[in-house]
Amino acid sequence: MENYPALIVVAPFITGLLAGLFVWIEKRLSYPIVLTGLFVSALSAIQVLIRVIGSGPIQYKLGGWSPPIGIEYRIDLLNAMVLCLVSGVAFLNLIASYKSALKEIGDRASSYFTVYNLFITGLLGVTITGDLFNLYVLIEITSLTSYAQVAMGDRDRGPLASLNYIFIGVIGASFYLLGVGYLYMYTGSLNMADVAVLIKGSQGSSTVLTAFILCILGIWIKMALFPFHVWLPNAYTYSPVIFSRVVAPLMTKVMVYIMIRLMITVFGYDYIFNTLHLSEAVVWLATIAVLAGGVMALAQKNLKKMLTYIIVSEIGYMVGGAWMGNQLGMTGAILHIFNDALMTFALFLAVGNMVYRIEKVDITDLKGLFGKMPWTMGGFVLAAFSIIGVPPTCGFFSKWYLILGALEKGAYHFAAALIVSSLICAVLFFKVFEICFFESGSHGHEHSSHGPAVIEEAPVSMLVISGLVSLSLIVAGCYSGTIVNTIILPFLK
Amino acid sequence: MSDVLSLIIAKYNYWLYVILMMIGLYGMIAKNNLIKKVVGMNIFQTAIILFYVSIGYKTNASIPIITTADTAHGVVVRAADYINPLTSCLMLTAIVVSVATFGYAMALAVRIYQRYQTLEEDELRMRLSEE
Repeated sequence: MENYPALIVVAPFITGLLAGLFVWIEKRLSYPIVLTGLFVSALSAIQVLIRVIGSGPIQYKLGGWSPPIGIEYRIDLLNAMVLCLVSGVAFLNLIASYKSALKEIGDRASSYFTVYNLFITGLLGVTITGDLFNLYVLIEITSLTSYAQVAMGDRDRGPLASLNYIFIGVIGASFYLLGVGYLYMYTGSLNMADVAVLIKGSQGSSTVLTAFILCILGIWIKMALFPFHVWLPNAYTYSPVIFSRVVAPLMTKVMVYIMIRLMITVFGYDYIFNTLHLSEAVVWLATIAVLAGGVMALAQKNLKKMLTYIIVSEIGYMVGGAWMGNQLGMTGAILHIFNDALMTFALFLAVGNMVYRIEKVDITDLKGLFGKMPWTMGGFVLAAFSIIGVPPTCGFFSKWYLILGALEKGAYHFAAALIVSSLICAVLFFKVFEICFFESGSHGHEHSSHGPAVIEEAPVSMLVISGLVSLSLIVAGCYSGTIVNTIILPFLK
Repeated sequence: MSDVLSLIIAKYNYWLYVILMMIGLYGMIAKNNLIKKVVGMNIFQTAIILFYVSIGYKTNASIPIITTADTAHGVVVRAADYINPLTSCLMLTAIVVSVATFGYAMALAVRIYQRYQTLEEDELRMRLSEE
């Protein structure tokens, strides 16, 4: 019972490697093995969340070595929430995407599951760890496995998209590593809490400033904040469905989590906002990111690519909220990590269902889809409403906090950008709805049932998960007050 | 002038790593050939590895192996006599990461070459826009 924190990371890791072994022994077993691992991980994450809410942060010393010499896992409310999110989404996605993985990846699917689980291990490890260098290693595990998965998608474009992703990913991770090096030079420690104590009071040090800039810059590159976003759309568009469904909701959100962790736990609010006065500039950058993402999304013809630009825009929301320097903004940013992961997951589940039947999802190919795939489209509409920010869905509430935070700070440009971005999203999605609903397919309804290219509803396993996640958007919206009061506000105190 | 010169000489390890890093970055950004870009990436990573190893160095210190086994009985171990082993240990992990990235990037380059018969980026871009 003491070892739940370790189990969260170790379960997917061991089962991933086991599944890799079973490819040679009995291929069919590798999927259930991987699934069990993620299930155990998700259950442990929920256990840990309940314990953290009940009795405060947990410190777990790996191998019994106490920090600062050993590596420790330190779990507070924010970690615990993100851990539940990551393991839950990974588990549900594996069920929902099994058939599409078999279809897209074919007989290599059983070895693919190993890479999938290692990717999730990396994300969970990044979230749970309390050690700066351990964080770097796990970022690299996450990145390496995601490079591999991107290349498994589109046979023509996949490898090139993956290679460009590698170049930028390596620069980002290396900057972070360099920043950690400077922190180590100054403090002689790698443990986050320890470093935070040791750099307190060294406001003027140029070493700490260099470390701060390098770390944050590295994480921004990894999270695809606007000027550094170039790798993201291609990498996410040309990857297989099973991967784009898990990377789109989780990767950028976990990187935002790391940024918030560095800001709050390592460098401290006081250093960033009172010594460096960076708030203004970064909020402007985020404003540009929000608008640029939206505008570039307007220009896309492919549905999947359009959604990836919306992700770029959403990253701007969270960065802006986190750097607002007041409690409302940070609340909005953290709530948006949770909500945006759910919304993006729901969107990509629906799009994945479409890809399963149509293959190429250019927006013009979607004609008459409401009639043919009503359930999928129902999920898509709910998720789209949440992205736009229509009240009962969860997207509205986090946007509300972000706008309140911006108004309190007097950053009217950011509030305006959020509203404009909502409008752009509304235009985008209603354009898609119009094509799907009002324009009938080229053959018309009565003929389409005879032709070879019959489009019908996706398999039940895919539909059920997609529907559940879309409905959870409304549930999360209704309970967003509870999330804020039990998790976010106690964390920020 | 002599101030600047002494600054450069006193901190030459940092200058070296910055120069190497810039060479790598230049390779990744300016070169047209994908293999050259991958090599640039490797130089970039190596620069950081050298930086880490150099910050563990101490003047007149030896390798961190303590030969006197009975340290408990009064023999004092002075930290200044030994270089800091931690940074080198950390870099073992970073080397593994950079080798894995390098190998994987090369494998991808092979895939791209098989598909398009070229590794020049401008030609690839032309081929992609034709399709």
